[in-house]
Amino acid sequence: MAKTITNYFEQLRGTRVWRSVFRSGTGSSTLRRALAVQQNVFLHLFSTKVRTRMLSFSTTWYLGTLTFGTFLILVATGIPLMFYYHPSVPQAYADTKDLQFVVSSGLFLRNLHRWSAHAMVFLVFAHMFKVFYRGAYRPPREFNWVIGVILLLITLLLSYTGYLLPWDQLAFWAITVGSNIASAVPVMGNKVHFLMLGGNVVNANALLRFYVLHCMILPLVAILFVAVHFWRIRKDGGLYAHQSEPRTVAAAPVPVAAKGAQS
Amino acid sequence: MTDPKDFIAGMGSNARKSPTRVVFVTRRTSAQVKVTDEDQVQTYPEVLFRAIVAIEVLAIALACVSLLFNAPLEGIADPSHTPNPAKAPWYFLGLQEMLHYFPPVVAGVLVPTLVVFALIVIPYFNINVEAEGLFLKDRKRRLLIFYLAAAALSLFMLFFDVYVALVPTLIVAGFMVLAAQSSPQSTSAFRRYLAAKPLSYWIMTWFLFELAVLTAVGTFFRGPGWSWVLPWRS
Repeated sequence: MAKTITNYFEQLRGTRVWRSVFRSGTGSSTLRRALAVQQNVFLHLFSTKVRTRMLSFSTTWYLGTLTFGTFLILVATGIPLMFYYHPSVPQAYADTKDLQFVVSSGLFLRNLHRWSAHAMVFLVFAHMFKVFYRGAYRPPREFNWVIGVILLLITLLLSYTGYLLPWDQLAFWAITVGSNIASAVPVMGNKVHFLMLGGNVVNANALLRFYVLHCMILPLVAILFVAVHFWRIRKDGGLYAHQSEPRTVAAAPVPVAAKGAQS
Repeated sequence: MTDPKDFIAGMGSNARKSPTRVVFVTRRTSAQVKVTDEDQVQTYPEVLFRAIVAIEVLAIALACVSLLFNAPLEGIADPSHTPNPAKAPWYFLGLQEMLHYFPPVVAGVLVPTLVVFALIVIPYFNINVEAEGLFLKDRKRRLLIFYLAAAALSLFMLFFDVYVALVPTLIVAGFMVLAAQSSPQSTSAFRRYLAAKPLSYWIMTWFLFELAVLTAVGTFFRGPGWSWVLPWRS
């Protein structure tokens, strides 16, 4: 069974159309498989080979992969949600009600978007702590850790801006509580608060701002940083594996020209 | 350099895995690279396949949750009617819990800024990169600093009645005292484990513990007027 699927897939990869789309060519040789990753604009962010033991569940708990998975689910559910939603007062609330009761599978769509959003925030935190306890922030990966912290903040902002969109009591007062904190910023607190909401209180302007940030600006920024985050994993030598790091050991006397780079 | 030959050269090759490598070790520094070739797999198809399976399992789990539990939707936003308590999203409830004790400029601005700053600088300190057991070197001085810092932090929390944050602090401090009494030669594996833990480990664990406790308290145990409630008696 599995063999036939593989055969069919290999056949598919050999067709003229497939070869016009993917530059890697056919064949299951190591070279071709490496090219399938290296010659693809999206996959080339990743390295062509991965250390086998980095694949075991206990190493990473797949937390980074799963976080990316929630992001994909959120994009996939968020776009259809946008079809049914107007960022205006009070239409936003009516649209959310319609999603619950009128739109086919609207309830499921909204549920999936909401729970995936919570899952993403949780997974981002979990991923950060797992990376920390593995010591995977060590040089040369320090800047990727910083990008990770930026992505944590972007995730929180994405979730926070999305929180207002249903325009119900829960949304309104959660954003009111959160945005009041901005007023506490020394000197320019009220300016920041006004800039954030487009007014002195949470109102229709705030809803529009949060909508644009949530559906447009923050996802694009997130995609940009995620791409750099993935690419840096490859550039920094793959996933961090403690035992395989070069260690500085006291230099033993070296026999002349004998031991070379035999690795 | 008394030795006339101040470099050594070597060549190595494994045609099946990598191209020919040439190495020059100059000035007798002896690079001593201890990397051994590890087993590797191709990203395509093995790693991608695993990633897809992981994401699919997650998607199925989330779809099941979405079928069973509905996202909350309350009445339309009404600026004239404030719910009691008005709560922020769950991931900010740790901060909101702190707002209960400290002025907004401290709990809402200073603390989050410091946390983000602290997270960013972690990999830029050699003490975190070397990650040696906190009390293994310079023990006396470090123990003194630790006692002073822990006492100051605890008194500060006691002064502001922040018992919610005080309890995790004392628990982590207790484990740190145990770590200080342990060494790599300790008989129990747990104490050897504690003795090997660096400063960043303790700070991060304390942060994780506080984050979890404050968020849980804010989410489940706070009711009208931010008073204590029990979640199962609502």
